[in-house]
Amino acid sequence: MIAAIRKAVAERLDSRDGVVALRRRSGGVAPYLFQKGDDLSEMEISPKYPLMTLVSRLHKAFPAIRLAVVARGCDERAYVEMVKRNQIDPTRLEIIGFACTAEEAQACFCGEPSPKRLVAGTPPAPGPLNPLVAKYDSLPLEERRSFWKKQFSKCIKCYGCRNICPECFCEACAMEDMAWVEPGLLAPPFPTFHLIRAMHMASRCVACRECELTCPAHIPLTVLYDLMRRDIANLLGYIPGADLEAQPPLSVSLEQAPLRK
Amino acid sequence: MEYQNTLTTCIYCGCGCSMYVETIEGRITGVWPAKTNQISGGKLCIKGWNVTGFVGHPERLKNPLIRKEGKLVEATWDEALTLVAEKLRSIKEESGPGSIGLLTSAKCTNEENYLMNKFARAVLGTNNIDHCARL
Repeated sequence: MIAAIRKAVAERLDSRDGVVALRRRSGGVAPYLFQKGDDLSEMEISPKYPLMTLVSRLHKAFPAIRLAVVARGCDERAYVEMVKRNQIDPTRLEIIGFACTAEEAQACFCGEPSPKRLVAGTPPAPGPLNPLVAKYDSLPLEERRSFWKKQFSKCIKCYGCRNICPECFCEACAMEDMAWVEPGLLAPPFPTFHLIRAMHMASRCVACRECELTCPAHIPLTVLYDLMRRDIANLLGYIPGADLEAQPPLSVSLEQAPLRK
Repeated sequence: MEYQNTLTTCIYCGCGCSMYVETIEGRITGVWPAKTNQISGGKLCIKGWNVTGFVGHPERLKNPLIRKEGKLVEATWDEALTLVAEKLRSIKEESGPGSIGLLTSAKCTNEENYLMNKFARAVLGTNNIDHCARL
């Protein structure tokens, strides 16, 4: 599969200013901007990094740059929500999509482990639902509260979930606002700290799982965000990342996006 | 268009978390956790995520400063090191090496801290040395 992607990248390097992908160097893999003349044998596709964040940074740093990006299904979904919020210029980006492996789809509990613009790989079956979500659903209300209380008490307030998230790009972050989050407390105030982010992720979270993967405290954050995605789908009929033309319901008025009964 | 991710190790404590410092056109633009690193496995604490904060900080010292008549005045390295050497020698002669203590830094490399330990014990003759990163 990687040979097909390298070929596609090589072609784009002739017609575009650069291609965002991963590169292996001195014992590690990191995001990189491949340009003409770079050694494509160093290009990698794993582990997954939120590469649309890098595309956004490059689009802002170089207002004329025309890029391509090697992307998974979750990268493509992140792209959709970032374009809607003016973080990526779609006229200056081409997506070279590849399918995740069946193992990756299972590990991520991913419902859509393949992008629409598929260049390489065969779409695997979607991963199973996260069993923790079903377990959570079966708990009575008071136990749900204790579940999160226990999980959030592990938080070391590193802000990694926010920092790694491709959909977190506000210039002023409510999680750093002393009016909402009292400084100097560990664990951070329950439940405001994590629920501020969850509320802001409603209609944005594209289930890439980066927050959970980078959490040093092993908080099962995708349970929180899966439930948020489910509510937004059921109440507002909106699936973040699915459709570039669909209006995010929290960006329009209640008349334009009425709640479903 | 210059884009680099430089693999490095967090300087804020002894854990040794690994990260990439991202630069665009030579200026630091972010930190990526190193997912392929076996020590930190793509995770960082708040220090690691903000490890580059001091690099371009306006309060960062760029020259040695010597306190003269109560005020800190910019000095050359030669001037500052000569003053430190003279003072350390006279304090050691007057009050003995045990009267001297050294506080070294997590922002130095392992090797620099090793040299500081040698300097304390072999040159000054004191065991009074400590470091903020001894987790």
